[in-house]
Amino acid sequence: MEQTVADRIAESPSYQTLKARRSRFGWILTIAMLVVYYGYILLIAFNKELLSARIGDGVMTWGIPIGFGVIIFTIIITAVYVRRANSEFDTLTEQIKRGR
Amino acid sequence: MMRKLSAFCALALLMPPGAAMAADVIQGAQKQPTNWTAILMFAVFVAGTLYITKWAASKTKSASDFYTAGGGITGFQNGLAIAGDYMSAASFLGISAAVMTSGYDGLIYSIGFLVGWPILTFLMAERLRNLGKFTFADVAAFRFAQTPVRVFAASGTLVVVAFYLIAQMVGAGSLIQLLFGLDYWIAVVIVGVLMMVYVLFGGMTATTWVQIIKACLLLGGASFMSFMVLWRYGFSPEAMFADAVRVKTDLAAAVPDTTPEAAAAAGQSIMGPGTFIKDPISAISFGMALMFGTAGLPHILMRFFTVPSAKEARKSVMWATGWIGYFYLLTFVIGFGAITFVLTNPDFLDAEGKLVGGNNMAAVHLAQAVGGNIFLGFISAVAFATILAVVAGLTLSGASAVSHDLYSTVFKKGQADSASELRVSRITTLCLGALAVILGIAFQNQNIAFMVSLAFAVAASANFPVLFMSVLWKDCTTWGAVIGGFVGLALSVGLTVVSPSVWETTLGNPVGSAPFPYTSPALFSMTASFLTIWVVSKLENSRRARIDRAGFLAQQVRSETGIGAAEASAH
Repeated sequence: MEQTVADRIAESPSYQTLKARRSRFGWILTIAMLVVYYGYILLIAFNKELLSARIGDGVMTWGIPIGFGVIIFTIIITAVYVRRANSEFDTLTEQIKRGR
Repeated sequence: MMRKLSAFCALALLMPPGAAMAADVIQGAQKQPTNWTAILMFAVFVAGTLYITKWAASKTKSASDFYTAGGGITGFQNGLAIAGDYMSAASFLGISAAVMTSGYDGLIYSIGFLVGWPILTFLMAERLRNLGKFTFADVAAFRFAQTPVRVFAASGTLVVVAFYLIAQMVGAGSLIQLLFGLDYWIAVVIVGVLMMVYVLFGGMTATTWVQIIKACLLLGGASFMSFMVLWRYGFSPEAMFADAVRVKTDLAAAVPDTTPEAAAAAGQSIMGPGTFIKDPISAISFGMALMFGTAGLPHILMRFFTVPSAKEARKSVMWATGWIGYFYLLTFVIGFGAITFVLTNPDFLDAEGKLVGGNNMAAVHLAQAVGGNIFLGFISAVAFATILAVVAGLTLSGASAVSHDLYSTVFKKGQADSASELRVSRITTLCLGALAVILGIAFQNQNIAFMVSLAFAVAASANFPVLFMSVLWKDCTTWGAVIGGFVGLALSVGLTVVSPSVWETTLGNPVGSAPFPYTSPALFSMTASFLTIWVVSKLENSRRARIDRAGFLAQQVRSETGIGAAEASAH
């Protein structure tokens, strides 16, 4: 790509919007994932009793739904990003490509 | 006491990924009677995949076909292939065995492998697709001086591939010895030869389809096993867990001098975290290796170049994350199923009450318990196929690092034609295949438990920081990336050597003498790598550094929009 074309795209408002939104969204979700995972690891490191505590009268502990929750959260947060990127961000990208 | 002790040992071995399988299989390897059902099913798999290779060979003409299947893989197919790369035999057999021995800790372990995927999606996946062509070095070296960055990237790739490959080959030999009753060396040679055939003739197209087929077989088999386990308990997880706790309590009570309270506590202990996470530093460091290592594994990264667009790249990680997450949920059920179906059945236990063939046979014995001999053969064949497919992907990524990064870009300065590049990658494939067989045989009796975790640590400490900084940080320079990358590479390997799993377990030094006390070096080596990249880039003010910084804008435009990105069709 020629430098001038890149400069022109870089200055276009759609590109600025795309870059700002995607980068913000990506970082927010990244931080959410880091908080959930390392929160879980630190919970295990510092408060094993909580995860081993039984929920009701049976053998089920809080650890099982929390652990499964982390797995489900991981899948859902990925889906959330891909959904928005495949619609909103791709529409913006198309606009940038057309405006070239 | 004995049970606690053995559970503890299993966990200590489990700490690095794949350890359980590797260590257990190696130590408890006694040859089994030849299993003809399994061999027959495996032969069917091989025949099918060779047919696909023949078809793929007719389509593999250019370097682009060879490295990236011509960019014509859809997001869904690629997602399955990525999941296939990730669901190795070590994770299937190792994690279900870990759940069987220690319950909840197996879940903690598998979660670590999953959480890197969203990070890879949010920050890297589509940018990789937009910037790269064949290898992750294309991305890392995009705006930098080609030679030094390519040399670094090829080193990072080959180190990761070598450790991963050794772990897979040794695992393969031992596992196949157990499952099929073949000699160790025959098993290793079969894996080596078949892998070379796939990669040499079918390139990425064959490698991807072998991976897709295997992923479907593995997911199907694991789903069936979990279904049968849950069916027995009327699809009530509580009933399954309660029965598993009862079995574990009875086993603990059978040990002399155990009070009923202690036995009940031992039984219930599988429902919560045990000894897996010892100190927070090891836990976080290990978590970082898994999380960021995923985004630095060359055989995973190269799969992003096989899809036609950034949109398909995103879809592939979405599918991959979904399948891998589902798979880990299944392994948890399979592990608990193994407690209730296998540990209670004398057919699967030896005179001392241990599992025949070692703990890693948990899933395999469960297959027999729920589906009889035919299903046992099926699962054994799938385990073999799994190793084969993972090994083929690793070899292809090693071969592309040598031919595309070193030969074509560094030695020929980008002047190599497609045909000669292709020839070099085929020669490299042959060399890597032969090397894998030789190393597999050489390491047969070594404790290779640390190798996969080392591969992840190197990927997180060398490949990931360089990729991340070159794509996202405008002030990064050639020498910042190269020096920082090599610092991460050297430190992750060095610290692993002086960590307990190598220093004490493999090299035989006394317990407690390891200079580096933690399980994984990633927290330190990855931080050091990032810091070095930052400091060197900030200090550097050469002419090259100014070119590097000036190139960021154009790189960013392409990484964000895909304008100018490599097209799907032949280049």
